Amino acid sequence: MTDTVDAVVVGAGVVGCAIARELARHGLSVTVVDRAADVGEGTSKANTAILHTGFDTAPGSLESRLVSQGYHLLVAYAEAAGIAVEPTGALLVAWDDEQEAALPGLLDKARANGYEAARFIDAAEVRRREPHLGPGARAGLEVPGESIIDPWSVTLALATEATRARAMLRLGTSVEGIAEGADEHLVTLSDGRVRARWVINAAGLFSDRIDRMLGHDGFTITPRRGQLIVFDKLARGLVSGIVLPVPTERSKGVLVLPTVWGNVLLGPTAEDLEDRGDTATTEGGIDQLLAAGRAILPPLLDEEVTALYAGIRAATEHRDYQISLHASQRYVCVGGIRSTGLTAALAIAEHVADLLRSTGLKLAVRDDLGPPLVMPALGEAQQRPYQRADLIEEDPEYGRVLCHCEQVTAGEVRDACRSEVPATDLAGVRRRTRAMNGRCNGFFCGAEVVALSAARTGRTAGQLTMVDR
Amino acid sequence: MTRLATDSGAELSLETTVTGIDPSGVVSLVSPAGLAELRPRAVLVATGARERPRSARLIPGDRPAGVFTTGLLQQWVHVHHLPVGRRAIVEGAEHVSFSAAMTLRDAGVETVAMVTELPRHQTLGGFALASRFLMGIPLLTSTRVAAVHGRGRVSSVELADLTSGRRRTVEVDTVVFTGEWVPDHELARRAGVRIDPATKGPMTDGGGQTSVVGILAAGNVVHPGETAGMAALGGRRVAQRLAERLRRGDFDRPVGGVEVRVVEPLAWAWPNVVRPDDVPDRILLRTRTFTGRRTVSVEQDGRVLGQARLRHATPNRSLSIGGGWVADVDAAAGPVGLRLV
Repeated sequence: MTDTVDAVVVGAGVVGCAIARELARHGLSVTVVDRAADVGEGTSKANTAILHTGFDTAPGSLESRLVSQGYHLLVAYAEAAGIAVEPTGALLVAWDDEQEAALPGLLDKARANGYEAARFIDAAEVRRREPHLGPGARAGLEVPGESIIDPWSVTLALATEATRARAMLRLGTSVEGIAEGADEHLVTLSDGRVRARWVINAAGLFSDRIDRMLGHDGFTITPRRGQLIVFDKLARGLVSGIVLPVPTERSKGVLVLPTVWGNVLLGPTAEDLEDRGDTATTEGGIDQLLAAGRAILPPLLDEEVTALYAGIRAATEHRDYQISLHASQRYVCVGGIRSTGLTAALAIAEHVADLLRSTGLKLAVRDDLGPPLVMPALGEAQQRPYQRADLIEEDPEYGRVLCHCEQVTAGEVRDACRSEVPATDLAGVRRRTRAMNGRCNGFFCGAEVVALSAARTGRTAGQLTMVDR
Repeated sequence: MTRLATDSGAELSLETTVTGIDPSGVVSLVSPAGLAELRPRAVLVATGARERPRSARLIPGDRPAGVFTTGLLQQWVHVHHLPVGRRAIVEGAEHVSFSAAMTLRDAGVETVAMVTELPRHQTLGGFALASRFLMGIPLLTSTRVAAVHGRGRVSSVELADLTSGRRRTVEVDTVVFTGEWVPDHELARRAGVRIDPATKGPMTDGGGQTSVVGILAAGNVVHPGETAGMAALGGRRVAQRLAERLRRGDFDRPVGGVEVRVVEPLAWAWPNVVRPDDVPDRILLRTRTFTGRRTVSVEQDGRVLGQARLRHATPNRSLSIGGGWVADVDAAAGPVGLRLV
């Protein structure tokens, strides 16, 4: 393990995986390390799953540029890789004077960000588009480009392509120290070490700590928790697109939006925390969301809830991404990537590659990349395996539906366990397949999914569900 | 039961999933043999009910492994022989909750308590005594699970005493959410069938007819949480009525009827639709609270159609009243209301 790699990427979230993929596809030898046992286990797995146009980012910021570039890159990437994206559009809805008065400013901001498609719509038009909204909508701002995406598959696809380009994924290990040498860094891990010429810090919620290990003090992560409620697929008909609040001085507001899996999300809260790992939901948070949901989309509350979850955004004291090149130190910091990081990931990766090129590093696309990756179809608007006669004829396991709520077949669970970046626990199987994520939470299929996953991963059911630790 | 069905000529398609019922009656299937479509004269939906899982009960906290429903637990233990955990808490104290406690015992898991938000258990006295004295499981009444904690695996649950408001943390690695049956109505609802707001199952008459011609429903999808025997009997009765109607040839006509609605503390009633020319033997009823011997009054547009004396009512268990009053229902008038007086 003492061979020196060109770059070690700290963090296997969507940003780290995108960077690793970009560098590995350009001929660098790359090792990605992450403390979690799976990719995308931090901020990347628990967000609102929106593909942002960047219409409301701070004009002139790096975030603004990377989000708007990343948007186009990710739309094209997801389409090519068969990752679910739905161009639902978004509607900012003003419910009071203050919010209505804020709309023109948001339109100006969108234009300043180079986004020209936003436009005002009146109350009648708001109602026509979203007839189930609660009473009192005054006016709206339409942002047709805002879309919804499957965030888990994006991270997985990037990680898979990184490994195909010979990047090495070292999961379940954390960085304990970095010793800078003249030509290379020695990165001490909890289970070994890596020598690397470059260190790329994409450590998300822990990016400030890695930055400090390298002697910098530019920013501090202030973890901000967002709790969300997922409603059952039978609620999907209640909204056509993303319903955004109008941010004001007093409140950021709560969103209602569909997911590509056909659910409806309500959230997030915004709570500043001390603990970067505290992804618990709370009674107060859930009550706050339900109250907001009752006002925004009253019939939503009659539907069953399939999940409560919380994610933590890597907010900092700065308004922009904290991306910096320290050429003499052979270090690139990619910190403070907030919830827009999913959209921006591919542009961030290109930006990092450009930063490395600017130091004289030669990056040229490898000529042995193989065919493009195609991810399993998980989106409600896609053709799923259970709907495909051709696939079932080839492999009858795609005709054996295990999870009735989400219509997940035995073939898909098997694939998730033996894919190039395989699931290592039940949560990983669930993210890769959607099995057990439906309205019954595994009442019907859970035991069979676990038994099959155990057989296919070679791990025991006890390991998959952490009975013995 | 399987023999009874196959002996009578029914074909059982196992490992076959109905993925949709079109409002026009086309049924889409998938199985390892491929995709198929059926165009039967009648579709009977008997998709049953599920226990409401943790998420739908809005119980906050972390999302660790080790959270079950009874249905999941029993397949886990009895079908797949998977390891469960060491110490469990059981949320709920209705029939199925005691069944969950038995399964935990079979799996070698200690149940440290059963908890119910209600002031008493809702099962038969014998079950409750056996669990308390033979298995030594304390029953905490007027108590709810307020949160589940643990990163990776359940490490504790927070219990809230509804009377005092006091909270305490109990260290367990397993939580089983039991009962609170919810009809699995998705197929019926997507086919355009009206859903009863009280049962949350398809709204049907005593013959299982839903609001859509050609689609019927029976069993626990219409009366969630009955025993298997009751569900089977209900299914047979609906099937007999269906067979009669198919023979008579008047099956394809809408049948209409008057809706039956309940007033709290009644939880639901079934059949959900009645007609004076179709008098059911019994009307099933549930309450949300324990009630002493009370009288149910059946009214339509202010007119009392009948009254029936109830025995003591226990939540999560059904009572029934006679259906004779249905003959006096005015088919042209408003909904029938059932309330305790």
